[in-house]
Amino acid sequence: MARLARLALSEDEVELMAAELSAVLGHVARIAELDLEDVPPTSHVVEVSGGLRPDEPRPCLSREVALAQAPAVSGDGFLVPSPQA
Amino acid sequence: MSSTDLFELSVLDAVRAIDAGSLSARELFEAYRTRAERDRGAGEDGLNCFTWVAGETPKDGAPGPLGGVPLAVKDLFCTEGVPSQSGSRILEGYLPPYTATVVERLSAAGTALMAKTNQDEFAMGSSNENSAFGPVRNPWDRGRVPGGSSGGSAAAVAAGLAPWALGTDTGGSIRQPAALCGIVGLKPTYGAVSRYGMIAFASSLDQAGPLTRDVSDAALMFSHMVGRDVSDATSVEFPEEVRRPSAERLDGVRLGVPGELTGEGIEAGVLACFRESLERAEELGASIEVVELPHAPHALSAYYVLAPAEASSNLARFDGVRYGARAAGATDLLEMYTRTRHDGFGAEVKRRIMLGTYALSSGYYDAYYGRAQRVRTKIAEDFRAAFEQVDLILTPTAPGVAFKLGEKTGDPLAMYLNDYCTVPMSLAGIPAISIPCGLSGGLPVGLQLAGPAFSENRLLDAAFALERAIAFDGSSARV
Repeated sequence: MARLARLALSEDEVELMAAELSAVLGHVARIAELDLEDVPPTSHVVEVSGGLRPDEPRPCLSREVALAQAPAVSGDGFLVPSPQA
Repeated sequence: MSSTDLFELSVLDAVRAIDAGSLSARELFEAYRTRAERDRGAGEDGLNCFTWVAGETPKDGAPGPLGGVPLAVKDLFCTEGVPSQSGSRILEGYLPPYTATVVERLSAAGTALMAKTNQDEFAMGSSNENSAFGPVRNPWDRGRVPGGSSGGSAAAVAAGLAPWALGTDTGGSIRQPAALCGIVGLKPTYGAVSRYGMIAFASSLDQAGPLTRDVSDAALMFSHMVGRDVSDATSVEFPEEVRRPSAERLDGVRLGVPGELTGEGIEAGVLACFRESLERAEELGASIEVVELPHAPHALSAYYVLAPAEASSNLARFDGVRYGARAAGATDLLEMYTRTRHDGFGAEVKRRIMLGTYALSSGYYDAYYGRAQRVRTKIAEDFRAAFEQVDLILTPTAPGVAFKLGEKTGDPLAMYLNDYCTVPMSLAGIPAISIPCGLSGGLPVGLQLAGPAFSENRLLDAAFALERAIAFDGSSARV
């Protein structure tokens, strides 16, 4: 699960978290008792109509501004370690 | 105006005094800024409400009806060029290149950004103990928590370190700290306020709202926040003008009390204050009826599937590539991701990412996420049925008063139970307000009023009438 979540966890952290999450999941499991056979899942809580807007170009962040907060940049892009080092 | 009087003013009165020329906005801002700066520099002796305080006072003459009154803003709102970390180490050093819509609207209305407030990391918490900036202390008792996640905003307003503050509420993060600090907190209808520029926790639940000293100020701030924003497709135009609350009586108003949220699990002292508030409401002419919210006891379970699921997805963006901190020395991309996230996220955030990843994983999706979304439908239906019987629903805001720092940090489930009375409204997307309704053991207790979607005017009016009848005195929390 930690791998899926892209989290490095130590053995101790995994052990503690497993115990804590089991307690939470035990509580959460109570919803299994409900009869929800023909109940539709919520997709949105408030009625929204006309969510579309005209597709008009708007100014966006310049490349310089977008890169300014990055931990590492190279030329025009974000710099990251190689995927297959 | 003497400086003591100045801190006694509500924002509404301060705006009137600025209009009348008896108070200068610059004087007001400087007085609060000095207090905020002192708290920020006080370390253990302060309340630790702020993550950033403006270095100087703006020149006079802020345009807009609010005349230049200072505003404190929860750290998670992006503010251009001003640190915005959502209480997390992973966003250390981040200076957003843009400002959240709601903060822009409030500055267009004439507020001036005075400070950013401390919060639980990524708004995950009910005690403000999950912050990279350290815990906030409750001004009523410095050994206790202010509630969370908008703990810095609530404590600052209660202590008189800010005249009002902006917070966010996902499962109770405005209402619960407002209750624990003895102030007013409004969670608007989902969609009433733009989420653009709020660092997201759970997008189907997050809403920005005011934390204020009284109900009139909550209405005033809210009136300058609402409206559709092209940058947030879930935002809608508020269907009517947000009015200044003025009700003195509650004649003919039908108030519903759900047994499910007013019995088991609520502290006796909280229930005593709650019952007294019901008596005040009856004296004002309201009728009290029992209503049923049969699925409300399951709201917490559904919430702790849905919110972590959305969070695990939203927080995938913090990968050390585009902004914030990056762990040094990783040899490949995957290691850079996993170590950056290990070092950058705190324990509670990791817990919720893991919980959410599990709930969304193949094979468990239907049992957890799918089921929780169906429970959510039932909870919304319960409220709809109840609102055919009554106008508003009343409950305690939190099951208990402010607890001691460290008391619940070792038991996530005990901490989550703090949201028991506030989560159902969040899942249904309906507005709810917490107002202080008394003291239990010397600590404030909150009364929650909830109404149908977009009923904020009615909600604020009822809260205004009750506020006057209850006549809560919050002055002993002021610095």
